[in-house]
Amino acid sequence: MPEKRRWYRSGGEGEKSWSSLLLGLNSLKCPQPRQQIRFQRTVSEEDGKDLTLTVNKVPMLVDHPLVSGPIFTHLKVGAGHRLDTHSSGVFLLGVGHGTKMLTDWYNAHLTRTYTVNGVFGKATDDFSDRGKLIEKTTFDHITQEKLERIISVIQGSHHKALLQCANLDLKTQEAYELAVKGLIRPMEKSPPLITAVQCLRFAPPEFQLEIHCLHETQQYLRKIVHEIGLELKSSAVCTQVRRVRDGVFVLEDALLRTQWTLPNIQRAILQSKQKVDAELQNSLAHLKPRADYKRGWI
Amino acid sequence: MALWTRQLSRYCLLLNAYNTMKSSELRKQSIKTWRCFLEPPDLQQLCPNRYFCQMLLKNFRILHLDNHMLFCSSSSGTSQTSLSFTDKPKTEIVSSLDTDVLLQDLEDELPLSALEEISENEALQIKAAPPPPLESFSLRDYIDHSETLRKLVLLGVDLSRVEKRPNAGQLLVKLDFENDIKKILLFLKDIGLEDTQLGAFLTKNPYILNEEVEDLKTRVNYLISKKFTKEAITQMVFRAPYLLLFSVERLDNRLGYFQNELGLNPRKTRNLVIRLPRLLTGKLEPIKENLKVYELELGFSKNEIRHIAHTVPKNLSTSKIKLTQMFDYLHNVMGIPHKLMVLFPQIFNAKLLRIKERHLFLKFLGRAQYDPGQPSYISLEKLVVLPDDVFCADVAKAEVKDFEKFLKTL
Repeated sequence: MPEKRRWYRSGGEGEKSWSSLLLGLNSLKCPQPRQQIRFQRTVSEEDGKDLTLTVNKVPMLVDHPLVSGPIFTHLKVGAGHRLDTHSSGVFLLGVGHGTKMLTDWYNAHLTRTYTVNGVFGKATDDFSDRGKLIEKTTFDHITQEKLERIISVIQGSHHKALLQCANLDLKTQEAYELAVKGLIRPMEKSPPLITAVQCLRFAPPEFQLEIHCLHETQQYLRKIVHEIGLELKSSAVCTQVRRVRDGVFVLEDALLRTQWTLPNIQRAILQSKQKVDAELQNSLAHLKPRADYKRGWI
Repeated sequence: MALWTRQLSRYCLLLNAYNTMKSSELRKQSIKTWRCFLEPPDLQQLCPNRYFCQMLLKNFRILHLDNHMLFCSSSSGTSQTSLSFTDKPKTEIVSSLDTDVLLQDLEDELPLSALEEISENEALQIKAAPPPPLESFSLRDYIDHSETLRKLVLLGVDLSRVEKRPNAGQLLVKLDFENDIKKILLFLKDIGLEDTQLGAFLTKNPYILNEEVEDLKTRVNYLISKKFTKEAITQMVFRAPYLLLFSVERLDNRLGYFQNELGLNPRKTRNLVIRLPRLLTGKLEPIKENLKVYELELGFSKNEIRHIAHTVPKNLSTSKIKLTQMFDYLHNVMGIPHKLMVLFPQIFNAKLLRIKERHLFLKFLGRAQYDPGQPSYISLEKLVVLPDDVFCADVAKAEVKDFEKFLKTL
């Protein structure tokens, strides 16, 4: 099982059900039991004295499934970018050798996409609708136009921060080439950065945003919703955070909780293998010359 | 080295023969000479490996000196008995016979040196299997040495699971199939367990092999006296393997508790316990707690609780947290009244996540209608029991793919 997969996790349920996977692995064909060579003594019938040894092979009882127990008892599973308990969506998991690829996946610093639902008119202490209510406001004055304006302001300020964090001189040929490929992004730790925001639905008091971002946490997105509310001279809480894309993995690739079986996972791994390899190569390839360049400086 | 052992053994034989003929005074002297011979200072120089030489000497001393001493004392014994007899020739014959036997014994005990040539027949007699380990973490190491373990595996006992239980592995290694296990197996057969069930039963409860058959019989007799049928006892013992390990007093207490607490008549109590014998073996605390939760937290009446417990006994032993979560969702989110839940108590056994998903899907479609008085009513049974594809086709009247797509938007 040397690959990585993404699974869909519904919000609020932190389930870890690898048992079905182990069950699937253990129900596969077991290796044949080893053969043990036994010398068996037989006394010839004529005089009862003449001993002869016959050699025969007996399957070893040590390899009996009831004695040795199940072959697979644990499985290495690693998780990709965190998804907190109240959010849902595409959740990347690495199985077996795939856990090592998760490190590369982190180093590639790919963007993720979320859809975020919000409601105007309320403010809570943890920015979500479950928290303690702090204030209630009116929201009649908010129009879609005003919302779009705030969104573009956020986008602009984050774009500036992005260029700063990317640590690139914009006047160089290298920066130009990267920009053409659309690969300008920080390759080290940075504060959360939003690359694009879009309003999907506006029906006061509810609204839905699509946010493309980097190095984010789900709580940060809730805070963004809260800040949008404040900017609009009202207040807003976030009702749902859902990740719809993690790098190249989109919602359609994800497996539901009921689909976590060995054949499904195997198929999904084979399907995504090429995509993942290509993406990692693409992202890490342009990282390497930059790293060498840096080393040259020092 | 081989030469030396040969000499040693020959010397030993000679010495024995000599000893039998001589008087007991001489014997002490011979032991002395024996000791002198065993510690020749130049021998260690001959031997390149001093440690090995010393080991060998030590072994020889233990083995052969012991034999020798034994022999001496036994022959002195014969001489003492011979003294009590009056005629001499007879004693001589006896002693010579004795020495023959003893000499043979000594010859047998001599270890063969590695360099010595042995005959074909002798070679066949040698067993080359390695000895079982003195201690181990697993029963695997003993399976090739123990006939008992082998037979248990053939019965279907999962040793890999048994060895994880405390003290169970040690118990199995010490037992003997013919003496200890057979009687228990016969007893279980008498109760009515099938041959194929024995393995699974012993996997779950290996400790029963340590019990006395008499004790087990009294417990079964108690159950019979409480008017449990034979089939019922078989079923109970198989489904709660630890049932027979509990004392009669405890079983009696438990049966009394359920009868009084739930207010059931004896027939219904029996029915309850037969369907979930775990109630008798498990802890009582969570059950007491659950009964309080049903009554105080969830607000069911005594009568309703009795009905819930009797139709689905498992509801008594589910976890308290799961129970309250489920009730909370059903009552406060889906708006289902107590009456409907009592009609279908299996609902408390269902998975909350499954109910949530389906309810939200139905709500999305506008079909979430759980009031039996109104058209297009969806019963709780339909909501929970049906598998996904049937649920989508019959209840939600939608495609399974749409259902899956919907789940990804949650």
